[in-house]
Parts: sequence; structure tokens; C-alpha cells
Amino acid sequence: MTVRPADAEDAVGGVLPRWVALPESVEEVAAVLRACAARDLAVVPAGGGTKLHWGLPPERCDVLLDLCCLNEILEHAAGDLVVRAQAGVTMDALAAALAGEGQELALDVPFSEGATVGGTLATATAGPRAFRYGTARDLLIGVTVVLPDGTVARSGGKVVKNVAGYDLGKLFTGSHGTLGVIAEATFRLHPLPAARRWVSAEVAAAELPGLAAALAAAQAEPSAAEVDRPEPDAPPVLSVLVEGAAADSRAAAVRELIGGGEVTDAPPPWWGLITRDEVLVEVRFPATGLAAVLEAAARAGLALRGSVLAGRVWLEAWRPVGGDELAATVAGLRRRVEAAGGRVSVTAAPPCAGLDRWGQVSGLPLMRRVKERFDPGRRMSPGRFVGGM
Amino acid sequence: METLTAALRSVLPRDAVITDPVRLRTYECDGLTYHRATPGVVVLPATAEQVARVVRLCNDFGVPFVARGSGTGLSGGALPREDGVLIVTSKMRAILEIDLPNRRAVVEPGVTNLAITEAVREQGYYYAPDPSSQQVCSIGGNVAENSGGAHCLKYGFTVNHVEACEIVTPDGDLVTLDRMDPGYDLLGAFIGSEGTLGVATKITVRLSRAPEAVTTVLAAFESIEQGGQAVSAIIGAGIVPAAIEMMDALAIEAAEAAVACSYPAGAGAVLIVELDGPAAEVERQFARLRELCAGAFELRVAADAAERAAIWKGRKSAFAAVGRISPAYIVQDGVVPRTALPGVLAAIDRLSAEHGIRVANVFHAGDGNLHPLVLFDDAEPGAGERAEAVSGAILDLCIEHGGSITGEHGVGVDKARYMPRMFSAADLDTMQLVRCAFDPRGLANPGKVFPTPRLCGEVPGVRKGVHPLVESGKAEQF
Repeated sequence: MTVRPADAEDAVGGVLPRWVALPESVEEVAAVLRACAARDLAVVPAGGGTKLHWGLPPERCDVLLDLCCLNEILEHAAGDLVVRAQAGVTMDALAAALAGEGQELALDVPFSEGATVGGTLATATAGPRAFRYGTARDLLIGVTVVLPDGTVARSGGKVVKNVAGYDLGKLFTGSHGTLGVIAEATFRLHPLPAARRWVSAEVAAAELPGLAAALAAAQAEPSAAEVDRPEPDAPPVLSVLVEGAAADSRAAAVRELIGGGEVTDAPPPWWGLITRDEVLVEVRFPATGLAAVLEAAARAGLALRGSVLAGRVWLEAWRPVGGDELAATVAGLRRRVEAAGGRVSVTAAPPCAGLDRWGQVSGLPLMRRVKERFDPGRRMSPGRFVGGM
Repeated sequence: METLTAALRSVLPRDAVITDPVRLRTYECDGLTYHRATPGVVVLPATAEQVARVVRLCNDFGVPFVARGSGTGLSGGALPREDGVLIVTSKMRAILEIDLPNRRAVVEPGVTNLAITEAVREQGYYYAPDPSSQQVCSIGGNVAENSGGAHCLKYGFTVNHVEACEIVTPDGDLVTLDRMDPGYDLLGAFIGSEGTLGVATKITVRLSRAPEAVTTVLAAFESIEQGGQAVSAIIGAGIVPAAIEMMDALAIEAAEAAVACSYPAGAGAVLIVELDGPAAEVERQFARLRELCAGAFELRVAADAAERAAIWKGRKSAFAAVGRISPAYIVQDGVVPRTALPGVLAAIDRLSAEHGIRVANVFHAGDGNLHPLVLFDDAEPGAGERAEAVSGAILDLCIEHGGSITGEHGVGVDKARYMPRMFSAADLDTMQLVRCAFDPRGLANPGKVFPTPRLCGEVPGVRKGVHPLVESGKAEQF
């Protein structure tokens, strides 16, 4: 295992670690965490680093645990539609290996390269196809985690149908490295569809909620519908994906439903991607909240892109935003979105005093108790997540 | 218990507290009748606030509590405690809200699984997870057990269809766990925790839109091996059916005796395959399915809803039906990777022959979820023990092949002792961290899921002698 002194490029949200450790096995991850526990060193796990600046900066960071060397696909049981991979495997490498067997992990990543299995799980990013296939928590069927004291624990397994014991995978998915380290993950897979077609058209913002409702109920069963609105005043572009043996006829049905559009066999270039994340806001909402979300985003002057059927969009700032302005913008956004049954959380933003990143979190006292049990020494990514956890 | 009962009467309506010994016996077991215990007291709260009051009183008195829905569980998850309170949710049976534009419904925990579908069927929606007991099982119980059913293969489990739960924590606090909230996925941890992390009092479920087309096919094979090959071929061809179910000759015999389902005579195995989705898609998949089932000596396609129901009838009644061919039986629930099915089925055959115990196989073939029905005559000395031995050996087979000791029935009290065979001590200790965060006093359904409960705060690996929870009679050690 390599341990090297950190340099400026290893900073996490502006906080410079002292060392970077590059373990090559689960045992070595455990050894690093045990050593850190013995010396009360704070640890931040990292995969490809694409989302390392998300969340609040850590209160302290002594060791950056770089999982890039845990990059093996351990088992691909094609006949069982299951894959087990180490945390540092990139999502691209995984997709390439699975495609060789005509299969895929139906989990979209918002960056074109570098994102790893571990980072995708730790941040619970989801993309367009969440509408049809669910998110990481739905596709993860087993996990190996290393606790802050070096304990290696597994839950779930490699069968899809399994209800034995607590599902630690759910708990660690989206925990932003604050409970321990995700070392290995087992996912359920899907066969690659026979064909994919995208139907894309510019639509009037006022018509979008009605179209989204019609698409959600459509018997053509779209797998995803994404909207891109890079300029707050521009009309949004709607793009709808259909998959399967009868993709052409279903694409035609979708085209009719949205009143025209171009049918392609590749996605539009912006499909499912985050392009600017210096300031990034995630909005979740029930279907009937879409109109309010569109209006709130336009008022806030933010670019909008995301899954109108899955009820989850990203808002990006298309120009530099000052601290006070951002705090006020988020507060205004939250007021409108919460009134429509949605939630607003700030995924990434420069440190800024008056900004409430998370809004209200109903189970916060319970979450704190979970954090205390798993990480009583507050050594895992301290302070990065909800409620200062 | 008497002072607690008096306190319960002070916070609940008069008829909501049961202490009459005869009435208490109604609740002495759930669907797993092998384990029985008369509850100390039974309460029938009508509101979440009443559940919270009961749980707070249990805390005040240091008394354990167990929640129970319809009592259809098959692992003893709702087995009461003689020294505890049984909270029965059968009065909490309101569908509070149906919100079709957002494709969700908000229901109380005592609502039956099928009632949700019935409430929205005419509008073209349904609730996807469908355990075989869906006519009676409660949604609260489904949440506790993360129950599945035949359509899990394509549509997932309860956890994939629940958006939010209001729960009473083991401290007696009312807390909402919502998928939309930022933070840890406590909802995901709660679902399937078998009542050990609290009691669900309000559940927001996702509704699914009914598919445009459904094609249900019954394929009869001469042998179970041929049926198994067809399953592999279907999955290998990239088809994910809504369900693939298999029954062997003995299970077919039982179903015929019970419901006269008229499956093809002489079948060594039948396969039920259901395809659903856009009509054009289903049509193409069905054409392919015909080719893949070329080894079948008969292929029946349901022409309408009535024929579809007839095909499913034999399968859905199989568990109860074996009562027609055996005085007693154990319903086992284990999972293996689908590709391991042929080997495991052959090994079950060998076990059956060795022990002189018949085993009927009914299973969710698509996801490797076996439900072997281990048949025995309880009047025959030693037969029960041999059946237990076969049943346990089947679970060992599942673990050996990288599977699970339960796919949908839960661990409950029945399989707690198998947990250490599937998980290491470190795995179980880590799960206890979750338990301790929710339930530091160990009052929520103690003795279920985990074989050797750890006191919260106890350092793993240093305990000596009898566990205090065991000593006080609050837990059993296997």
C-alpha cells in the first residue's frame, strides 16, 4: 500500500489532508482505518474525485483514502444478472465489461468519465432512467463496508431477493462517507435493451407539466424523460427515451404524444449530465410539483436539467453567484418548492455563511444517533453532511 | 404487567385493551403456528398517537412490545411476548389519501395489500408487490418484512414501492421517514427490519399504472430439469418477464387435489410465465418465448382474465393445498442464484430420499426464491424432527451456494439461529449498531432476527457468561 504526503491537489473542499493512503484491498482499507482510529485521525474516502467538493468542507481531514487501487470487478455472474465490484472501479469500466455480456447496470452517472462505483453510491447520484429502474439504493443488493474502527461488515448478498438482516447498503447509499467506507458493492443488472430511441423536441414551459403527466401514464412506457433549460428564459427541450424490441413503434407513439420532435438512436449531448457544479442545487418533487419547480428555477435565474418523470432535477448557476445572493436564492427556491411538496438541497456551493444547505430533515435526531453509533469518534468525513454530521 | 395494563387503559379507549385470557389466545401465534406464546396484554390502537402512547408506556415500564398486522407472517415475526404488549393494527385500516396525479396512496398500516389495488384498479392503477397472502396480509406487515411475491423479478420489493413512512420509534416518538428528505436512508433501513426498529403508523406507497398488455403462459415440461433450462433460456435471451413461477409434480398434485386447476396431466414441472408492458413489446417477447419453450409438451396461453386467473389459481393456492396430500408441512423460504437452481433442486431430491421426507417444490424461478414444502406426518414419531432436519439442510444448501436464508418471509424467531451461518459476527455486530441507534433499550420485538442480542454500548467480543437479556428472559440464545 502506498501512503504519500498530500499536496495541494488533494484538498477536499479547500481542506488539505496530511497524507493520501492508497489501499489495494479491503484488508488494507481496514488497516488504514484502524491506524487512524488509534491516532484519532480524520479520514475522507475518495473515488475518482468527481464529486469530492460536494457537501460541506470536512471539519478536519488528516487522511484522504483514495480507493482508486480497489479497481477489480470481482464477479460477474451473467446468468444471474449480478455483478460484484470493488469501490474504485469506474462506472465506465464496469459498463464496458458488462456490455460484453449484453448487460448493464441501469444507473446513470452525471459525469462523462471518472465516476466510480463507491462515489456513485456514497453520493446516491441518479440519472434519467431512475424513473424506470430506480436509483442506486434500488439496484444495490449487497455491500461490504469498513467501519471507522476497521471492522469489515457485509450485508445483503448476491441474490436479488433477500430479506435477511438489516440492509446496510441502503444506509450507506447517500451517506457521503460519514459512516464508514464502502469497499465492495453487488448490483442487480438488466439485459441491454434490443434498441433505444430518443424523441427530442422544444416545448413551451407552460405545456411541460401536462406532457410529463401524459408521458408518465403513456402505454408506450418511456424509460426516462429529461428536460434541459440552460437559460432561465429559453423554452425547455424535452427528450424522451424508449427502450426495447418495439422501440421504433413506441417512439412514434411518444412523438405523437408530445406533438412532434426528432427521433434519434443516440441521446442529446446534454442527456443526464451535470456541466457546472461550483453551485449545484438538487430539487426533488412530486409530479404535481413540476410547474412550481420550473417557475421557481426560472425566478432564481438558474439553469435546470433533470428527470421530470422521476421528480429530481439539478439546478446550476450559469454565472458566478455571491454568498448572500445564493443564500437568498436558495431560501426563495425552497419556499416555493416546499409549498408544492418538494425539497431543495444544496449539493455543492462555495462556503457561505447564511446558506441553509439542507432545509428541514424530519428524521434528523435518529440520523444523529446512527452517526454516533457508527462513528463515535467523528473521524469519518466529519461535518460534511446533513445537520453537521 | 397489571400496573401497565391499568396505565394502558387510561390512555386507550375501553375496548382497545384485551386481557381476557381466552381472547389473548387468538393472538398467540402468526402464520407460523409452530411457535406460540400468549401475549401479556393486547392493545388495538386506532390512531398513530395511541400507538405512540402505548410505546411510551412500554418504555416507562421497561416492557417489550411487538407489532402485528394481519398475522400472516411465516417466520414468527409477530410472535408475541408473554411478558410484553402486542400492538395489533387491525383497527388502523383507513386509506387516507389516493393521489393519482402523483401516483401514490397514503394508508394506515392495517390496510390489506389487495385493498390498495382494489381502490385504484378502475382508474387503471395497482400496487405492485403482491405476496401470495395479499387478500389478507396488511401493508404494515409487508413493510416490516419487506415482502415480495411473484412480481418482484421485474417490479421489485416493498422497499422499492414505499415513498415514506410515519413511524413510532422505540422511544415513542412519531417520526416521518421520507425518501425525498436529504440525509441517511433510514426508510430503507426500517423497511424489512421486522418490527425491531419501531412501528409503522402511516405508509405512503407508490402506485403503478396497469400495463397495456399482459400475456400469461403455462408451459408443461416432462421434467423439472427441462423447466429449469427454459427459465435460463428466457433470462439469457434478455427477457425480464413480470413473473416466472415453477411447480414440481408433487406441488401440482396438491394443487389439483385442492382447487382442481387442471394443469396438463403428466407434467413433471409447470412453468408460469407472465409478460407485461406495451402491447407491441409483449407481442415480440411472446413470439420469442414460444421458441424458448420448445421443450414443453404443452403450452397454454390465457385468452382472457378468467383463464389468466385459472392459471394462477394453482400456484397461488399451492401452500395451503399441500394440506390435501400431507397432514403437516413446513413452508421453507430460501434463495439461491438462479443458475444454481438445477444443482440445488437435485440436492433437495437427495435429501428427501435420504430422510424419507417428501418435498414439494414451488418457487419464484426467476429470482431463485425457493419455497420447498417439507411434508410429514405429525402422528409418526420422529417425522417432525426429520422434516426439521431436511428443512434446515435446505437453508444450508442456499448459504453454500451464495444465497440467502429468506427471500420474503423474514428471519423472525424461526431463523434467527441461522443468521450466524450467513453472516459473520462482525456483520451482525454492525447491524446491531443500527438497532442500538433506534432502540437502545431493546424493547422493540426483542428476540427476533438476531440470535444473540448485544446490549447497546457493550464492546463486541468481550462478553463473558450468560447474556443479561437471556438471563432476564427477554431473549433466547441459540
